[in-house]
Amino acid sequence: MFKPEILLVDDNPADLDLTSEVLARNERPKRVSSVMNGVEALGFLRHEGKYADTPDPDLILLDLNLPRKDGRAVLAEVKADPLLRRTPIVVFSTSQAEFDIMQSYNLGANSYVTKPGDLPEFVQAVESIENFWFGCARLPRKEEQ
Amino acid sequence: MKFSRAEILLVEDSQEDLDLTLHSLGHERVATDIIVARDGEEALDLLFCRGAGSGRSFENPPRLVLLDLKLPKVDGLEVLRQIKSDPRTRTIPVVILTSSKEERDLIRGYELGVNSYIQKPVDFEQFRKTIKQLGLYWLITNQAPVAGRTARAAGQSS
Repeated sequence: MFKPEILLVDDNPADLDLTSEVLARNERPKRVSSVMNGVEALGFLRHEGKYADTPDPDLILLDLNLPRKDGRAVLAEVKADPLLRRTPIVVFSTSQAEFDIMQSYNLGANSYVTKPGDLPEFVQAVESIENFWFGCARLPRKEEQ
Repeated sequence: MKFSRAEILLVEDSQEDLDLTLHSLGHERVATDIIVARDGEEALDLLFCRGAGSGRSFENPPRLVLLDLKLPKVDGLEVLRQIKSDPRTRTIPVVILTSSKEERDLIRGYELGVNSYIQKPVDFEQFRKTIKQLGLYWLITNQAPVAGRTARAAGQSS
């Protein structure tokens, strides 16, 4: 059975924990990995150093304001890389700024979901992401190349 | 908070699939306005505000384009390519909704920058459920690009 891989990129440990927990709660089996800055995210995706054996994610949840390398820069690099660009990226950020939303789509984000500050809404947003991307959409996974 | 009207552009040449999709969207009340294009050329005219779409403006794009792949006149992947390679339209979310099972189409779609890709379920109930989920996600969970909202906020009252 297909077991999707999700990569969470977020510098806030509480948000990472909560997102992983909500994703794990759903009955669909999946594997969740997380990194806390933009440099690690690209290292993970390119299998560099300690990430030599990491799986290729089927979906990336990407925060925008990240240390070392900004989420916008990660988005731009992934979408310009022929080996990575087809991987869907959902920007998951607290920013509701029109500029951030437009810029994310311009850089090739597949979707933009505002991270709610309120707990029940946060849970609902993650569930909605899970339901759509794993229950409804078809993902361009590695085996299908 | 006041939301702008959720307009969907549905590009579909099969009458049966069109009826089914419209029925499901209407049934789930996820969209108030649905415009339909029956071939790729008409879809491009509507999106690029020319021909049949000459009354439209780039400041008020659809919130979502649901795009079939096998279309008369201009193929769905070509429609997608044109949307995603033009700065005036590239931020519009496009979801491919197709019965194609071809891996090639799936990969090519994501390569060309499609926002998401859905294979039409054959089963009626499953189809309706899928349309409901995609409507909820793209019209409620997902933040649409804001060009249209900005134009409205700037006082376009006509």
